[in-house]
Amino acid sequence: MYGWTGKILIIDLTKKTIGVETPDLDVYNRYVGGKGFGGRYLRQCATLPWDHPDMVICIFTGPLTGTISPTSGRAHILSKSPLTGLVGDSSVGGKLATRLKRAGWDGIVIKGKSKIPVGIMIEDNRVEFKDAKGLWGLDTNAVHKRIRPKNASLACIGPAAENGVHFASIIVDRHFAAGRSGLGLSLAKKKIKYILVGGTGHCKVKNQKKLKLAREDILRLTAASPALMGQFGFTCLGTGAVYDLMDNRRMMPTDNFRRTRFKHASKLNAAAYTRTYSPKKHGCLGCHILCKKIGTKNKNSFAMPEFETMSHFTALIGCMDTELVVKANERCNYLGMDTISAASTLACRREITGLDYTRGKVLSLLDDIAFGKGEGKDLAMGSKHYAKKMGAPKAAMAVKGLELPAYDPRGAYGMALGYALSTRGGCHLRAYPISHEIFRKPVATDRFSFSGKARIIKIAEDLNAVVDSLIACKFIFFAAGLEEYATAYEAVTGIETSAQDLLKKGECIYYNERIINAMNKFDADDDDLPDRFFTETGSSTNNIRIPPINRGAFLEARKKYYNIRGLTANGLPKKEKAQTLGLLWNNL
Amino acid sequence: MEQLVKKYADKLIQAKLGQSSGPSQPLVGGLDNTLVWNREADEIPVLEDVFKGLHINSLVFLKPAEPYGSLLDYLAANALKSNGLIQPKDCETRTFLHDLPVINEFCADKIVQALKKRKSVIIAPPKNNKSFKGPAIVAHGTVSPEQGFVTISSVCFASFIKFFTDYLEALQTGLATADVHALFDVIIPYVKPVQKKLPEFTPSPFPNEETVYSAIIEAGRKTIEYELVDSYFGNVSYFWNETLYISQTGSSMDELRGCIDPVPMDGSTSAGLTASSELCAHMETVSRTGCKAILHGHPKFCVILSMDCDPVEKAACSFKEHCHIKCPKKRFAGSTPIVPGEVGTGPFGLCNTLPLALEQTNSAIVYGHGLFTIGNNNFSQAFCTMLEVEDFCRNSYIKKVRLLRKA
Ligand SMILES: [Zn+2]
Repeated sequence: MYGWTGKILIIDLTKKTIGVETPDLDVYNRYVGGKGFGGRYLRQCATLPWDHPDMVICIFTGPLTGTISPTSGRAHILSKSPLTGLVGDSSVGGKLATRLKRAGWDGIVIKGKSKIPVGIMIEDNRVEFKDAKGLWGLDTNAVHKRIRPKNASLACIGPAAENGVHFASIIVDRHFAAGRSGLGLSLAKKKIKYILVGGTGHCKVKNQKKLKLAREDILRLTAASPALMGQFGFTCLGTGAVYDLMDNRRMMPTDNFRRTRFKHASKLNAAAYTRTYSPKKHGCLGCHILCKKIGTKNKNSFAMPEFETMSHFTALIGCMDTELVVKANERCNYLGMDTISAASTLACRREITGLDYTRGKVLSLLDDIAFGKGEGKDLAMGSKHYAKKMGAPKAAMAVKGLELPAYDPRGAYGMALGYALSTRGGCHLRAYPISHEIFRKPVATDRFSFSGKARIIKIAEDLNAVVDSLIACKFIFFAAGLEEYATAYEAVTGIETSAQDLLKKGECIYYNERIINAMNKFDADDDDLPDRFFTETGSSTNNIRIPPINRGAFLEARKKYYNIRGLTANGLPKKEKAQTLGLLWNNL
Repeated sequence: MEQLVKKYADKLIQAKLGQSSGPSQPLVGGLDNTLVWNREADEIPVLEDVFKGLHINSLVFLKPAEPYGSLLDYLAANALKSNGLIQPKDCETRTFLHDLPVINEFCADKIVQALKKRKSVIIAPPKNNKSFKGPAIVAHGTVSPEQGFVTISSVCFASFIKFFTDYLEALQTGLATADVHALFDVIIPYVKPVQKKLPEFTPSPFPNEETVYSAIIEAGRKTIEYELVDSYFGNVSYFWNETLYISQTGSSMDELRGCIDPVPMDGSTSAGLTASSELCAHMETVSRTGCKAILHGHPKFCVILSMDCDPVEKAACSFKEHCHIKCPKKRFAGSTPIVPGEVGTGPFGLCNTLPLALEQTNSAIVYGHGLFTIGNNNFSQAFCTMLEVEDFCRNSYIKKVRLLRKA
């Protein structure tokens, strides 16, 4: 077998045993890796509560991981989301995937529950359970300092997860977060403090020469991409480069999405951070884009905030302080919680209470959330629960309980549809319509129109599902396409394929997620946006009008999507469609 | 969708790749929930089956007008005799299309198989086939019919470049056949001389930002009118008030309104994130030369001549597989230097070679790609240079061919 190691590590924490699964080549070729395999295992326990001991946590690499295929170094983590009850998954950078693959594992599936805090140590074939009592309670940075992983990769949780924060994250190699969906809490429930992976093996590639050519094609395309490799692109400024663009397009979520323009934005952009923190390039193992930025101040080095964090800790909560953003980002990383959900829940609190923030207040509230103190206890449940408890459910800017990222959907209708339909809730990455609505790739679409968007969203979801399985980084698809990645897949695995064959695999992976969500009683009522976007205008200018989204047009587009995706009018999967895709069927 | 299918059908006609009546009428289909076509056509049933076999939202079908039809027919027939691929060497194909697959039958299955892997397929049945007269190009999109339009324009452009470069090389190596001579003679009347009459441009200096925008829009439109660029792409910029105003990436030169990014030279905003892939080269050129206007197009004979290299020398050159990035020779088309370089900012990016060349002269050709010209104050100078260089390249090409044919 080429591309895959052929082995999946099965860990049972209740029994403290390990097992090995060795799926057939056609199972591998069907589920691919990453998200695909995670979905396969989650489906087997889909209706269990997220905190049930038999619930799985899956960490997967892909066939391209550990090879020279560009941006293949990301890992995909998946379980049932504590925050939303949906499929909960997150793609994470760093070295985790590469080390795991080189240790000889395509992925890890963790079941059961430990009685005491444990660390899981994987060193090639060797798997050990370590007593982690002494680390419980430490923040992620302290854990990193204590363990000193050197060449190994370290994934760990912080106090937020231990104390039950529903949007707790997993921090990998100090700077990389599996942020969304609350997967840190999933690890905490099983009493896993950390996973340390060292791998020294090599990943087998069928045709290295062909892979090299595919790599050259992909690199040539990224070099031609201003968003990735231009002097204002991600390679130079990190994802923060998007900040000015969102301001310019009048779609920066401001004051908890009550406005779409923040008047201080021009002083809070990537250039402002560059002046203060002189960030250096960093990134996932083997990546050439290196979008991660590490800043320094007073001899301390720290991860610079990503775009979403920059936007939500300024415009969304009404603060104009870059130092606060850097500090809040660092606090969230150390405590182990998602910056998007944290900031959005604070913005929701501000709208409900009418109380503005100071730097000190924001930082102390983040601590209160992580340690379950005072009102932090309610905020820790996420904006949906918080707003409901406060008697103002409409102030939660979330879809299916997952807080919305920093693109106002009134400024991009594909994004509106993408948010509403995403299988993990308010997520911009499932369909990533920003690619064509803002970055003009592969070509530009009219951002204020639903025309054609239903099918565009469906195809893009399929694309990103397979991308998260191969694995590659979504950013690279601003430049390259599945056409080039199909060649890489063929070269690595020796299995003949095409861009369209890969899309088909993506469709199966995505439809399986729709089935899992339907088994948990999610339907069309949940595929919706907060009312605000249909009733309130954004911040228009003479040239750019940001009206409320026309609800009729939105519902019409959603209806088309259901039809194109092969779902019922109520957004539920159909037996016939599932069978055509070769998926198992449960009566819903 | 109805608007989009019509728009891109019309654009193919405006670009003279298609015609408003007869067999070269473009056929464009767009699919959201239901499938819409820009017109009725006999090919629709087969193309509907193509839609069923692929995850796509649009298809563009075109039997290209002359001279593209004839030269594509020739290249496709040759491809079918070997590996079924046309392999042009210009920058656009190299970067975006890789190669151009050819099939010999207008049948949904075969089209689907080809389009599963590539953005386009060329259908070229044998001459005696009565049911379908080729050649035709089919291209697909997952976001908009614009993708198919761009692909088909690029296929036509690449084929044109390939035919003329191959022909010159065949003459130089003594391998030109009677067929290809005959075809050249059929095609050459379609290759009209460069329009010499210079259009009027907004005079500089520009009093305000609004004038800067309209001058850029005007320059873009004229570059299209004078056929100095394919697929409507290319890029254009103007330096004004410490800011570079530049066309956006993937913007159409004839539709630049709303597609121009102001990029301050001091880097104080990153709003240039959506600017042309050649932003870096433009900024560097402005700082090195002090020019104000930059125009970039893909005039065909500039591209063709840039790839002309003495076959004996080439055979002995250790960089012969990498001419586009590593050509070691100082080469010129008249007084215009030809530099290697790929699109964008990579290690072999043209941003490393082009600005240096433009420091010496007001025009430079990038190998296999296109022409950049600069104007110290306005677009009139840059445009005039562009016409002159293309006119020179066209005439030198034809002269070379005549001489070689005599010999
Ligand atoms: Zn160009």
